Amino acid sequence: MDMKATKKKLGIKERYAHMTRGLGWEPTYQPADAVFPYDKYEGIKIHDWDKWVDPFRLTMDAYWKYQGEKDRKLYAVIDAFAQNNGHLNITDARYLSAIKLFWQGVSPLENYVVQGFARAGRHFRGEASRVACQMQAVDELRHYQTQAHSISNYNKYYNGFHSQRHMWDRVWYLSVPKSFGEDALTAGPFEFLIAISFSFEYVLTNLLFVPFMSGAAYNGDMSTVTFGFSAQSDESRHMTLGIEAIKFLLEQDPANVPIVQGWIDKWFWRGSKVLALVGMMMDYMLPKRVMSWKEAWEIYAEENGGALFRDLARYGIRPPKGWADACEAKDHISHQVWLLFYEYGGAAAFHTWSLTNEELDWLSAKYPDSFDKYYRPRLEFLRDKHARGERVYQSTLPTLCTTCQIPLCFTEPGDPTKISHRETVYEDEKYVFCSVHCQEIFCNEPEKFVQSWLPVNQIYQGNCFNPDVDPTAPDFDPLKAVLEYFKYNLGRDNGEFEGSEDQRNFAMWRGQASKN
Amino acid sequence: MSVEIKAVEIKPLRNTFTNVAELIGGDKPASRYQEATLGVQATTNMHYRPTWEPEFELFDPRRSAIQMHEWYGLKDPRQLYYASWTIQRAKEQETQEANFDFVESRCLHLSLSDDVKKLALDVLLPLRHAAWGANMNNNELCSRAFSEVLISPAIMQAMDNLGIAQYLTRLGLLLDEPEVLDAAKAEWMTGEAWQPLRHMIEDSFVIRDFMEIFLVQNFVFDGLLYPLIYDRFVDDTLTSRGGSAVAMLTSFMPMWFGQSSKWVDGVLKVAVAESEQNKALISQWTNTWRDRAVAALTPIAAMAFGKTQETMLNEVVEQFNARAKKLGIAA
Amino acid sequence: MSKVFIIVQANEEARPIVEALLQDNPHAVAQESPAMVRIEAEGKLTLNRATVEELTGQPFNIQQLHVNLISISGHIDEDDDYLTVAWAN
Repeated sequence: MDMKATKKKLGIKERYAHMTRGLGWEPTYQPADAVFPYDKYEGIKIHDWDKWVDPFRLTMDAYWKYQGEKDRKLYAVIDAFAQNNGHLNITDARYLSAIKLFWQGVSPLENYVVQGFARAGRHFRGEASRVACQMQAVDELRHYQTQAHSISNYNKYYNGFHSQRHMWDRVWYLSVPKSFGEDALTAGPFEFLIAISFSFEYVLTNLLFVPFMSGAAYNGDMSTVTFGFSAQSDESRHMTLGIEAIKFLLEQDPANVPIVQGWIDKWFWRGSKVLALVGMMMDYMLPKRVMSWKEAWEIYAEENGGALFRDLARYGIRPPKGWADACEAKDHISHQVWLLFYEYGGAAAFHTWSLTNEELDWLSAKYPDSFDKYYRPRLEFLRDKHARGERVYQSTLPTLCTTCQIPLCFTEPGDPTKISHRETVYEDEKYVFCSVHCQEIFCNEPEKFVQSWLPVNQIYQGNCFNPDVDPTAPDFDPLKAVLEYFKYNLGRDNGEFEGSEDQRNFAMWRGQASKN
Repeated sequence: MSVEIKAVEIKPLRNTFTNVAELIGGDKPASRYQEATLGVQATTNMHYRPTWEPEFELFDPRRSAIQMHEWYGLKDPRQLYYASWTIQRAKEQETQEANFDFVESRCLHLSLSDDVKKLALDVLLPLRHAAWGANMNNNELCSRAFSEVLISPAIMQAMDNLGIAQYLTRLGLLLDEPEVLDAAKAEWMTGEAWQPLRHMIEDSFVIRDFMEIFLVQNFVFDGLLYPLIYDRFVDDTLTSRGGSAVAMLTSFMPMWFGQSSKWVDGVLKVAVAESEQNKALISQWTNTWRDRAVAALTPIAAMAFGKTQETMLNEVVEQFNARAKKLGIAA
Repeated sequence: MSKVFIIVQANEEARPIVEALLQDNPHAVAQESPAMVRIEAEGKLTLNRATVEELTGQPFNIQQLHVNLISISGHIDEDDDYLTVAWAN
């Protein structure tokens, strides 16, 4: 018998190669193209999948160990939060609107990409790339579920959380993230990877999670900050998948460069539009503010993204086409989106409100080049009207951008007084866009984007009423019927914060809890 | 600002999300499994057709020939959601790790006789590729399935499959030098005994019906392979020949198979009971793939058991048929 | 040179990681925000296993970083003994 006392320990790199690459094989009983039917039609050329590197090299044993540890901690916080009425520790009930919007508009995306990453994790030919995608798939499952479990407690006590799943498929503003996610999921696996792992996770996700979650901590929401940072610890792996993916694609074949550049252009722009919602959350919905959207954009998009694109220049990649316009918009989008939701507050499943002078002053200081000139007067005008008992609610339906599906509310680059608006005629139909970049995305894939399920158009076509309503009835109220189709509890989920049930309940419960 | 919050009795406005309430018979307190899973997948008003499969909607139950009036009836009796899954696996991994440490520190792997060690490696190491095949099929299941009650356990199952492939890899690295992994792969690719199994697994890679993928991989393949290899070969044959160290290094697998079978049975039972058409189709898939799998496992049983191969395989098939029958499958 | 960063949660487990980063990367600076610490440096940042072990007197696996990591920027090179993030420009 061979009695070697101890064997040579393999280094992490060698060991990982055995644990991933070594497992796969080239099929011979079925054609490889039948087993992997999706990785060629996008035109991406891969010559050597073994060049894919996963720098973290997590194997399942370590994965379970660390993820188990993270979740034990996270659920201890979730339990404690529920047991001790942790929701009464938040700064004030206005804060809940940010969490509602997160739950309605961001959490479903986490769930969406589970299937996208499972598809990539099955259909790329290289084993190491597949393992990285699979881990992300199951991580994303984690993110959706931990969010559901954290939000579960808020749902018990506050409005606007209850029908997130139903609303996602129907509500006008949620078609913005929904169409974003479905655009990525219906794309080929490589575009999906560039869309989500690179453009979203690497370039943009820090903007969502880092300052916003720090804001949650600042506003006393231990539940959200804990799931947020816990998710973010997986996100670092996902961001790494994004940057490794792009390097790999660019190094494999020069013909990949223009294809990848096109995807970067498209997905950076689409992502920056979705994040306009986050800008509003940071600047307007956090009662205590950590940093402005503009500051977050400068740190996480301009500085970090700038470093990234300088790095990618050696492959012939330039910053995304919409970069300059998106950077210019940092002074404007959070205000424009807030005004949109304030005025359409009757149709949103969260509350909006008038800002205090102190809050207006904060925004003036953070946005010296734009706020006083373009937005403060309008906000003060709306506040005055509200004070006179004439709270402004828009009831006409807005025009939606065919690509990003946001109502036309953004302004022309270089002219913040002029609403940006583009049109294209395709097969005798007219399509409207919020920007030249959204127009270009449409024109590159018109056969895809003509399929957009645009809520406003669907409302006009009568597709957004519950089956039992009779639109010919004399007392038919179309707006009310649409909001019922959305499953809103009218007057409780939507509208002005001042006087809302959430405001009353929070004040009453906190009063009970903090007094003798 | 931090306020001292007393524990006060506050009456909740509602107990759970409406998508959950609709599936559990009204607004009542829901479990974490239910809130993580029930009614979660998007169902309507989809924007674009998949460029990779324009004949279907993005989320589309027509990707299976099985029909259900309510897909969320296919619940997982284990009620696993991510946290309960990963925490449970972390505990099991700790035990498995302790087993690896125990074997290594006491040099139990060196006490195996050469022929037992060779037999263990010959039979077990090519199976890391079969586990990788299972991982591929469960990823495919996850990506194509309709309803979160399938999507969510499918990706956990896929990761379990990967974990098993990696435990087998570690077993090879502990018992011998890394070259044995290459040798086992060569066997998998060209060794005569392994070709029917590899052929069958590669054929399963082109199945597009997600319920068929579910059944073929998790019910038929696993349902025959695990009892044959881990119960009979590792726990009986090898152990009786002084190879209990190998059983320690693979203790995760039979334990895992017992758990995953609960999910598999839970799904199939409901799908079969739904309609005669479902029952007929599931029975047909089961019979076709079982016969194929038995043929594919025959040369491996010969390698593992020698003279008793027929008895061993027959026992496993009988056990499988009895399980199928209990689920209402005409097997 | 572009800046790289590592952001970790502000908690007890991450404290020696922050300390090790600052000790081994004299050009790095730490910025604190609610619940998190961001360590930023020009060009490159390295976390060494040995330094963390020295600070805590406990064994440390580089992959333990994942438990408290919030974000990271730059190209990553991880081995048993270190993790480096760097930009090539």
